[in-house]
Amino acid sequence: MDKGLSVFSPPSANVWPDAVARCVGIVNTGVCNVQSVVNAFRSVGAPVDVMDRPEDLAAASHVVLPGVGAFAHGMGRLRERGFVPALEQAVLDQRKPFLGICLGMQMLASRSYEHGLHEGLGWIPGEVRRLAPQDPSLRVPHVGWNDVRVVKACAATDGLRPQPTFYFVHSYHLVPERPEDVLALCEYGGDVVVAVARANIVGVQFHPEKSLRDGLQLLRNFLALA
Amino acid sequence: MLKTRLIPVLLLKNGLIVRSERFMYHQIIGDPITQLERYNSWGVDELIYLDISRDDVYDVRREDAKIKTSGRTSLLDIITVVSQSCFMPLTFGGRIRTLEDIRQRLERGADKVAINTMAVTDAGFVREAARTFGNQCIVVSIDALRHPDGRWEVMTVGGAQGSGIDPVACARAAEAAGAGEILLNSVDRDGTAAGYDLELIRRVAEAVRIPVIACGGVGRFGHFVEGVTTGQATAVAAANIFHFTELSYKRAKQHLAKAGINVRI
Repeated sequence: MDKGLSVFSPPSANVWPDAVARCVGIVNTGVCNVQSVVNAFRSVGAPVDVMDRPEDLAAASHVVLPGVGAFAHGMGRLRERGFVPALEQAVLDQRKPFLGICLGMQMLASRSYEHGLHEGLGWIPGEVRRLAPQDPSLRVPHVGWNDVRVVKACAATDGLRPQPTFYFVHSYHLVPERPEDVLALCEYGGDVVVAVARANIVGVQFHPEKSLRDGLQLLRNFLALA
Repeated sequence: MLKTRLIPVLLLKNGLIVRSERFMYHQIIGDPITQLERYNSWGVDELIYLDISRDDVYDVRREDAKIKTSGRTSLLDIITVVSQSCFMPLTFGGRIRTLEDIRQRLERGADKVAINTMAVTDAGFVREAARTFGNQCIVVSIDALRHPDGRWEVMTVGGAQGSGIDPVACARAAEAAGAGEILLNSVDRDGTAAGYDLELIRRVAEAVRIPVIACGGVGRFGHFVEGVTTGQATAVAAANIFHFTELSYKRAKQHLAKAGINVRI
């Protein structure tokens, strides 16, 4: 049942007119439900493959790392299943476009302070800390729709409306060391970094697969990256 | 800033959408699959589906005994179909007794699950669920009944059994166990269109630091505003009001915006 297609993209849309073995590989370490991400990419016309094994990465043209839950658990599973070397090869060496979502963005950090101190992938130098808004009326987790301010040019976010709104659900956030890695901010008791970008790597704290129009547009932009 | 969410709640009974009154009288609204396009076109902030099927309990006084089971889509299949065409957050609650129940729903495409009875009867269940699936997946749903003497009591099993527990204590325990959000329902206000139980909502909202979603009793758009301003709810939800008026979701949002509340338009 592909009713979603008629609402969100023209019926004849072919995102890759020169389609040559394009496939969005979605890393699945069993930590979270990847179905929503799969559904969203399918609705914008992308061939999708759920990758349960590191060797599956070779066939992907684009790599997506979703994630929900605790940092230590997510990184643990990634390591256990041997994904780290394969990811480094695909993303750092072969420079395939990479999109980390929610925990998938946080795992890009050097380290996280969630339930102890844990090491991340280190692709975006920085730390993951718990949200601690001073204002007591601001609750944690940060749940719901919030406006996002894109602060630098990036193919993934170009063409979004001036004030895109995305869905968030998280208690921790990545604080990058280098200001040039910051892609977007939102306001939640001060500025919170909600997207990072560096070369072919993009991380978003929000859930584009759950953010209707703006979210699906971001996924389309990601797909268009070569 | 974070916007206040407006969330339609859909009650499912044996695979059909129903409306309810005081958790007892259930009237069929329609089929969840054919209703999907409607909800999709509203561009809603979120959707909550609560499975209130209770085929192991027969009570001839209850209207729900008249709704037959045969030929209806199973809950898991409903989750699959809904999640394939709705790209906003989906919460599914009802009849969750084990971690496997949760896993099945999440695998089919639910983003969050709402736990009700088990949160009260099994202290460790919410903790285990939050640890296994992450806090953000776990919503604890509290059905509170206000007794004539003004005291509130948390009810379980679809509002049928009293637990002897106060909703504020219940909410605090849920937060401590790792719940990501509270869905707070008023049993006595349900279906009455008399407005939210604002005092209940405010007490719970002030007692916890996690988001509180108010539900039960909305009859007009102004009730949503009250839920936010007086009740201090983080998000406002309703079931019935969205079934009977076209454009009701959009109009409710406009009403909230006019009252100065930050909502996603």
